[in-house]
Amino acid sequence: MSGRVLVGVKRVIDYAVKIRVKPDHTGVVTDGVKHSMNPFCEIAVEEAVKLKEKKLIKEVVAVSCGPQQVQETIRTALAMGADRGIHVEVSGKDYETLGPLQVSKILAALAKKEQADLIILGKQAIDDDCNQTGQMTAALLDWPQGTFASEVTLDADKLKVVREIDGGLETIKIKLPAVVTADLRLNTPRYATLPNIMKAKKKKIANVKPADLGVDVSSRLEVLKVDEPPQRQAGVKVETVDDLVGKLKEAGRI
Amino acid sequence: MAAARALARGVLLGSYSICRSRSLIFNSVQKRGIAACIDPSIGLTDEQKEFQKVAFDFAANEMAPHMAEWDQKEIFPVEAMRKAAQLGFGGIYVNPDVGGSGLSRLDTSIIFEALSTGCVSTTAYISIHNMCAWMIDTFGNNEQREKFCPDLCSMQKFASYCLTEPGSGSDAASLLTSANLKGDHYILNGSKAFISGGGDTDVYVVMCRTGGKGPKGISCLVVEKGTPGLSFGKKEKKVGWNSQPTRAVIFEDCAVPVTNRLGAEGEGFSIAMKGLNGGRINIASCSLGAAHASVLLARDHMCVRKQFGETLSNSQFLQFRLAEMATKLVASRLLLRQAAVALQEGRPDAVSLCSMAKLFVTDECFSICNQALQIHGGYGYLKDYAVQQYVRDIRVHQILEGTNEVMRMIIARSLLSES
Repeated sequence: MSGRVLVGVKRVIDYAVKIRVKPDHTGVVTDGVKHSMNPFCEIAVEEAVKLKEKKLIKEVVAVSCGPQQVQETIRTALAMGADRGIHVEVSGKDYETLGPLQVSKILAALAKKEQADLIILGKQAIDDDCNQTGQMTAALLDWPQGTFASEVTLDADKLKVVREIDGGLETIKIKLPAVVTADLRLNTPRYATLPNIMKAKKKKIANVKPADLGVDVSSRLEVLKVDEPPQRQAGVKVETVDDLVGKLKEAGRI
Repeated sequence: MAAARALARGVLLGSYSICRSRSLIFNSVQKRGIAACIDPSIGLTDEQKEFQKVAFDFAANEMAPHMAEWDQKEIFPVEAMRKAAQLGFGGIYVNPDVGGSGLSRLDTSIIFEALSTGCVSTTAYISIHNMCAWMIDTFGNNEQREKFCPDLCSMQKFASYCLTEPGSGSDAASLLTSANLKGDHYILNGSKAFISGGGDTDVYVVMCRTGGKGPKGISCLVVEKGTPGLSFGKKEKKVGWNSQPTRAVIFEDCAVPVTNRLGAEGEGFSIAMKGLNGGRINIASCSLGAAHASVLLARDHMCVRKQFGETLSNSQFLQFRLAEMATKLVASRLLLRQAAVALQEGRPDAVSLCSMAKLFVTDECFSICNQALQIHGGYGYLKDYAVQQYVRDIRVHQILEGTNEVMRMIIARSLLSES
């Protein structure tokens, strides 16, 4: 039991930005657009730091995959209380096609290398909404998973996870090492304090390449087209219930 | 013993984390909107961007939702300010050994600019509080620093800066409040006017006359609330800055220990002026934040409001107006940040540059906010819309911490004294 927790953090377009599709429809505009840490990743970092403050784990390592700019995101995690960071360098075309399968392979390799006991991730990223990385990572490592966590309790090597599911709340008990993905109500992320931001400067960020971890980041998926959702059309007013049923049948809805 | 207390306070601050409200993720009022060319994070180091991010988040979550209420109900938001202090905003450029954050003037300017988007009045008070904490940190001896600074940095106690009197505003050196030495106490008589926080704050940094006429006869004393002979006037009714109370501070045979004097006798005026150099950067930063928020509000309104069959954003006049506002905003920001750097480096032109920055930035930013109000049309005049509060709150920045006329005096003097 190393007491080490790996937290994955993703640099995404800031939630407040109005997204625009590129004119060639190959993706969305990211140049010059404000980016920040995925909100669910912030919740993941907060949970890891909380566990460390309760002295249940010893070290929090923040990991991010991408080009030079993701170091900003790792620094934010360090300012929130992570101990050190790992920057997995992926840039250019590889970064554009980087998806949950490749990231989960990277995280699995890092988990083995760092001898992590626990991986905490956000449940999904707000840019692609995949909701796959946590699950895939657990599968690759053959570790138990507690996804959509709204409450996590750690006791020695046993984890009690309350999960938010469609039917309500499900409580499971899993053994470490495990993967947990954070849902919205797990915690409220702290503000970094000015002293912590300054301390974060001294914390180390290691650079690693996917090849060093034996991971192939080429994608099996090809994005054909990216479009805006269709413009909302005006509705139609009807006089009677019969008219309504008639119109619904016309539109093929019933 | 006092050092251990300061250390313990530091540990306390570190172990208690303050959490942001849930609205972070689903906040529909995006005050910290995005517009690339006026983005205030351009040109900053990674660390400064982090400081700015915390300040923007805090402003959007803890201040902006309440700024109208604080203004209308005249609430002094003690809890919100203490939360800010827990993040290190209570003594931003005060030494860490007494609980401060030890940041530079530029870092401070960036932080106040961001906080101001949430509430100008509260941020302006926080900046005055910071100025007082710095004065004690810089000019106080170790006993004074350890006695006052930790509580000020954590905002366990609040501070006020007392220079202006009913009879001496711009002509500050002609102040009359007397401090006559009797044994080991100064007996203070006189009154101060327009004191921000007066009556609600705990620590008063008072400039008073211990010697003869003019600046050289002025000393700086720290007076604590509850000292017999210290009383306050009625709370003033103001056009803006309503989240901080403003009162006269009255001294009637008020005895203050000599050990509360910062620096030597006769150094008070110089201490006051040095405090104001930073204060001017801070006040101008608050104007900048308000102007930034107002430009975004104006832009958003133009994209939504339709007249003559199209959105206002299609009107060339308004497009040009918005462009002018943005240009003035960026020009102001650059001048202000330059002045902050000059001050922190102790350059010879720092005083003039701070005066130029205060003059230019407060004037231009008021004009920007005013134009933003105009763009809102009739809605801009309603208290339901934030833009009028920005206008009302920053109007006073052209007057206090040295009127913009006094700023011109300082600059002219610097130019003409070389000939």
